[in-house]
Amino acid sequence: MSESAFQIFINALLANNFVLAMFLGLCPFLGVSGKLDTAFPMGVATTFVMLVASLCAYGLNLLLTAFGLEFLRLISYIVIIASAVQLVEMVLKKYSPTLFRALGIYLPLITTNCAVLGVALFQTARDYDFIQSVTFAIGGGAGFTLALVLMASVRERLQLSDVPSVAQGTALSLMLAGVLSLAFMGFAGLGG
Amino acid sequence: MSQPTAKTWDEFMEGVWRQNPVFVMVLGMCPALAVTVSAINALSMGVATTFVLICSCALVSMTRRFTPKEVRIAVYIVIIATFVTAVDYAIQAISLALYDALGAFIQLIVVNCIILGRAEAHAAKNPPLPAMINAAGMGLGFTIGLFALGSVREIFGAGALFGVPLFGEGFQPWVVMVLPPGGFFVLGCWLLLFAAIERRKQRKLVEVTENV
Repeated sequence: MSESAFQIFINALLANNFVLAMFLGLCPFLGVSGKLDTAFPMGVATTFVMLVASLCAYGLNLLLTAFGLEFLRLISYIVIIASAVQLVEMVLKKYSPTLFRALGIYLPLITTNCAVLGVALFQTARDYDFIQSVTFAIGGGAGFTLALVLMASVRERLQLSDVPSVAQGTALSLMLAGVLSLAFMGFAGLGG
Repeated sequence: MSQPTAKTWDEFMEGVWRQNPVFVMVLGMCPALAVTVSAINALSMGVATTFVLICSCALVSMTRRFTPKEVRIAVYIVIIATFVTAVDYAIQAISLALYDALGAFIQLIVVNCIILGRAEAHAAKNPPLPAMINAAGMGLGFTIGLFALGSVREIFGAGALFGVPLFGEGFQPWVVMVLPPGGFFVLGCWLLLFAAIERRKQRKLVEVTENV
């Protein structure tokens, strides 16, 4: 209970950014960050799943602890996340089929996004209460979106620049991520 | 009997080299970068993942005939999560120090794309034995990849390998290597190296064919 909600938010958003400082959710980070107009919706969708997963995980954890079934935690979390993703998928398919197609395979893959499961696991490990869990999930999601959008904007510009052909592709993305991560190191200590 | 053996060997080597999960397919990046601050962490993570990979591929392959197509992903995930829980408790029992160092990343093995990818792409279509061999190869490839990252980061970042100091007193640790950016840089460099080697091989091939 020592951390205030604001501290948790800033921490998850900047100082301990999920992607750039904790290495969670790298697959979509490297996969969908090619274009800005898919990166942002992907970030928002992931944030939504995170929030739902965090809420459900909080309730579920109370239930599991009450019955002394902690060893089922991992399995039940992952099932919850899978259902949340299914929900997002159905909503998107109904309201924005274009976006649904643009996100493609990466949408169901949110299930296996470490960041989502990470939120659920970390909030349990750190004994966050309800408000703290929700802020943590929103901060983490916003941080994920921020990293994705930054990366996408840099990569869009890089397409026009002259890069040695051997360095193109994943290697270049990783180097970029390294530089971004270096910049985010500057936020260390901000969350207190 | 030589042909099946050769094929088995080929399946095994596919994961180790040609389709190396870390360097070629760039899968399972999260644990690969997060826990590889030292060689020993990297190795234990690799071994834990390999164990989960082999066990879940075996079980997925055994149940492939009665798993309904529509819910197969959910079934795979539950199978994987079961083994990960077992590994989680096992590591906790064997070494608490290691458990603390790896932290939540042991449980996050569940969402390692390599395992789900193998279950879907290989184990679901093949009998248990080949599936296990393929999984073992993938696991070994993943472990090698993690070790390549972890050892480089430990050598530069702490001046040691497996906790044994390599350079004398005068060595100034390259701290960025054990910080998050170092993970990205080291993996980027390895990928560059492999791309360069591949490029050279192709150029040689072109030269040979032109001479003929």
